[in-house]
Amino acid sequence: MKTIDLQKHTVRDLNQALHDQVEECTIREWEVLEPKGQHNIACGLDQNLSVDIKGHAGYFCAGMNKKAHVTIFGNAGQGVAENMMSGTVRVKGDASQAAGATAHGGLLVIEGNAGARCGISMKGVDIVVKGNVGHMSCFMGQAGSLVVCGDAGDALGDSLYETHIYVKGSVKSLGADCIEKEMRAEHIDELTDLLNRAGVEEDPKAFKRYGSARQLYNFKVDNASAY
Amino acid sequence: MCGIVGLYLKNKALESQLGALFTPMLIAMTDRGPDSAGFAIYGDEVADGSTKLTLRHPDENYDWDCLASAIKDDLGVTVEWFKNSKVAVFKVGAEVDVVQPYLAENAADILILSAGQSIEILKEVGLPKNIAETFNLASMKGSHIIGHTRMATESAVTMEGSHPFSTGQDLCLVHNGSLSNHNRLREELKREGVTFQTENDSEVAAGYLTNRLRKGDTLNEALTNALKDLDGFFTFTIGTRDGFAVVRDPIACKPAVMAETDDYVAMASEYQALTTLPGIENAKVWEPEPETIYVWERDQ
Repeated sequence: MKTIDLQKHTVRDLNQALHDQVEECTIREWEVLEPKGQHNIACGLDQNLSVDIKGHAGYFCAGMNKKAHVTIFGNAGQGVAENMMSGTVRVKGDASQAAGATAHGGLLVIEGNAGARCGISMKGVDIVVKGNVGHMSCFMGQAGSLVVCGDAGDALGDSLYETHIYVKGSVKSLGADCIEKEMRAEHIDELTDLLNRAGVEEDPKAFKRYGSARQLYNFKVDNASAY
Repeated sequence: MCGIVGLYLKNKALESQLGALFTPMLIAMTDRGPDSAGFAIYGDEVADGSTKLTLRHPDENYDWDCLASAIKDDLGVTVEWFKNSKVAVFKVGAEVDVVQPYLAENAADILILSAGQSIEILKEVGLPKNIAETFNLASMKGSHIIGHTRMATESAVTMEGSHPFSTGQDLCLVHNGSLSNHNRLREELKREGVTFQTENDSEVAAGYLTNRLRKGDTLNEALTNALKDLDGFFTFTIGTRDGFAVVRDPIACKPAVMAETDDYVAMASEYQALTTLPGIENAKVWEPEPETIYVWERDQ
């Protein structure tokens, strides 16, 4: 295992060392010490690495992640795992706003609470939050799943496309065109799988499912003639 | 962009270290605001009926002693003062409504940065590190302090445009964001007797709170009303003589992080500014919720 102390090395040094593993992987396990809220830690990884960040991370931690497994032993700032393509990002504490924004794939697990706009414009990532999510979560979510074991804030799932949303607690309000939907057997199966992958012990039957009512302009075939 | 930071001590034993604890917090926010910086520190109170003012003159060699003698002779009151760079702190044995008109009449080239019983505001153009050194921030004592590092977007980089702003006795506000209804609100507040020194939107927010507090609102009530009446983006940190508060607008796109231990409450735009605080590893660290008022107040 390779240990990098961010009070002795720059984030750029760390990220370059992690990127150097793309051509030929010589070290699988990495440990990052003293992150002290610095931004852009472990961004743009493209290799099957394990990266443990021992402390609080700043903005965009593990952004654009591909294949790697990044764990933050603390809180994460804005945009954790934004635009992730594959791999796993796990936040042991809370995440600030826009966690998993625009992410295409992989699994993001937040063991604490997530702030506003969790999963905004998500495009295929699976996000499991053990705590609550803030307002405007899953705004314009296009694909993937958002699981919330706590409560959701205002305007959940506004202008949603195909993302599946599961919430165990209360939903303060639903966004435009987002509705509660029937929880069928296939959804219980999907949710069971998501919870298992996230290592979260919850009863899938205790959740409600939310999705797009498909009533907004872009869902109406009559509008196709405009193009 | 701008950075804001605040530190409120719960443990009085730390008061002698307030400036030393706060200096690295302010400097950590240089990336968010390298143009100018300032802070409002609370402590070293004057008695009821007396007023403490922070005064600034652009000439570092200004004859403050002459001004102090004139106030003593003309108003027949006690004056204690000390100089810190281009700023002087005056402790005058008279009410603020006597001292302020006197200064306006007799020392019009003096800028009053703050007035009250506890507050001192110090601010200058330049890097936060240089400003901390200029005023010897690290040696300062007090009960709480709030600060601002500015990346100017809406008005020039000048001392006058630097934050923080104070519009009423012992009240100070630092702001990250922008207000959209400040022009109309400023006119309404002027009609109600609030005075402004700049065209800055943040000063309007400070003026709004001053006006509410004058009308008898508690700090909590004033901020509840502010959430209704202020339109725009904001994360505010507010200091009063014995209080400290943080509030974010309902959209909450301007960042904020808070930390609390048995010894202190701290806030910053980014967690990086909190990493030098003692015991931060085990502090409760959280992101303040949108449209939620966080207030700490000392017992009188």
